[in-house]
Amino acid sequence: MANIMIRKSAAGGLVFYLPKRDLEDTVTSIEFDTPEKWGGELKLANGGVYYIDPQPLPARFPLSLRAKRLDAAEQ
Amino acid sequence: MSTTNREELQNLIHEVLEVYPEKAKKDRAKHLMVNDKALESAKKCITSNRKSVPGVMTMRGCAYAGSKGVVWGPIKDIIDISHGPIGCGQYARGGRRNYMNGVSGVDSFCDINFSSDFQEKDIVFGGDKKLAKLIDELETLFPLSKGISIQSECPVGLIGDDIEAVSKKKAAEIGKTIVPVRCEGFRGVSQSLGHHIANDAVRDWILPTRDDKRPEAGPYDVAILGDYNIGGDAWASRILLEEMGLNVVAQWSGDGTLPEMENTPAVKLNLLHCYRSMNYISRHMEEKYGIPWMEYNFFGPTKIKESLREIASHFDDKIKEGAERVIAKYTPAMEEIIAKFKPRLEGKKVMLYVGGLRPRHVIGAYEDLGMEVVGTGYEFAHNDDYDRTIKEMGDATLIYDDATGHELEDFVMAMKPDLIGSGIKEKYVFHKMGYPFRQLHSWDYSGPYHGYDGFAVFARDMDMTLNNPVWKMMQAPWKA
Repeated sequence: MANIMIRKSAAGGLVFYLPKRDLEDTVTSIEFDTPEKWGGELKLANGGVYYIDPQPLPARFPLSLRAKRLDAAEQ
Repeated sequence: MSTTNREELQNLIHEVLEVYPEKAKKDRAKHLMVNDKALESAKKCITSNRKSVPGVMTMRGCAYAGSKGVVWGPIKDIIDISHGPIGCGQYARGGRRNYMNGVSGVDSFCDINFSSDFQEKDIVFGGDKKLAKLIDELETLFPLSKGISIQSECPVGLIGDDIEAVSKKKAAEIGKTIVPVRCEGFRGVSQSLGHHIANDAVRDWILPTRDDKRPEAGPYDVAILGDYNIGGDAWASRILLEEMGLNVVAQWSGDGTLPEMENTPAVKLNLLHCYRSMNYISRHMEEKYGIPWMEYNFFGPTKIKESLREIASHFDDKIKEGAERVIAKYTPAMEEIIAKFKPRLEGKKVMLYVGGLRPRHVIGAYEDLGMEVVGTGYEFAHNDDYDRTIKEMGDATLIYDDATGHELEDFVMAMKPDLIGSGIKEKYVFHKMGYPFRQLHSWDYSGPYHGYDGFAVFARDMDMTLNNPVWKMMQAPWKA
């Protein structure tokens, strides 16, 4: 599990940030994206995949979360 | 740029790496690249923020340098204790020229070395008692300080002293903010982690103290983040922002104070100059207090113009007009400077190797003077810095991460730039080789270089260095 931060980019998309590794990348897809259920698998532009527990859509961004690494692009 | 240039540079990288043993060669090859502007992300071409290869001459610092020297040092009303043996504090004192207003030793403490001066017995029996005593002494001698930070040196972490407990106890006793910073030098691969640790300490120990009693923000309140006032940089930036109608309430951390920092979460926008050393706290303030942040670049008129407009775009028409007014006011003066210095500097090639933001930020200023940056690199940058750099740099230019002494010297000998900008450790090597050199960490005892006023100084300094007749009279001793 890793602490991550999700923010909204100026263009409106989601940006993924992993402080420990200083990894910042855009989120290309998110498994659940409805007001009631939001989260699941996050796919990043660099090929990495992370999982966050599904939850109601957060009221505001940026938001710090715990995420599980399913597939990292870099070692 | 032509493809031959790209090939030549690839060959050069190959040649320079030739001297290393197989393993080191493989490792270092990942840190050197020829720039390709078409790239979206630098990740695949350059590796950064990795441990230096043992046995090479790296130019990096340590976590203590990043915390005490960079982030905490310039805050003027906080006393920074270098907690540990005397050397770290002594050699980190006063080298960076982060200017401040105030009376040194009375209400400002940037240029004094406070150290707990560890001896053998402190290592054996622990240094906590000494630290408590030291804080009492500081209270007696410097009662006007607003707070104290404890900057750990390596032994403190090794022997497991509990500086947090001492801090809490003494803070309650003397009624001031005392911040323990766990920035032992052995943490991380470079000073970069020190910045992060320092930011986290500010987040945990300074910002929450006023969460329930912060003043109401004005509509145009902004904070300058990541400007360390080297040679007066923050002042040269500040006047431009104030002239366009903004209200600068805090400077992090050059010429900054503790109350300014505590009240920063009340601002409307955080302006971030040095991304590498203060993006962490900007992100935190964005999340917790909802303050947007943006990077800006105050080197050279072109970039200043862009930045002023971008800053103004976050505010209403009054500020937008203010930005245009400021640009219009300074443009004639800037044109005059460019007219004076461009003919003397045009077409000259520059190589840079500096720290967190300058390898990309100063490119615009050189281009304003008609100069070309042919190689650039960072000591301690991360991937996101290189993502930003590949867009600023020209095609088929050289980019090096954590360059070693050998690599940098060989690159310079092969590419023969007209000017080199790097740090004090590199300065005299290149002087002896007969290359014009500017020390770009603390502006070679000059400055400011930020803002419109700074550009005048910048242009003069570059001309003064580059066109100095002394370089033609020198020959490298090994060529004689």
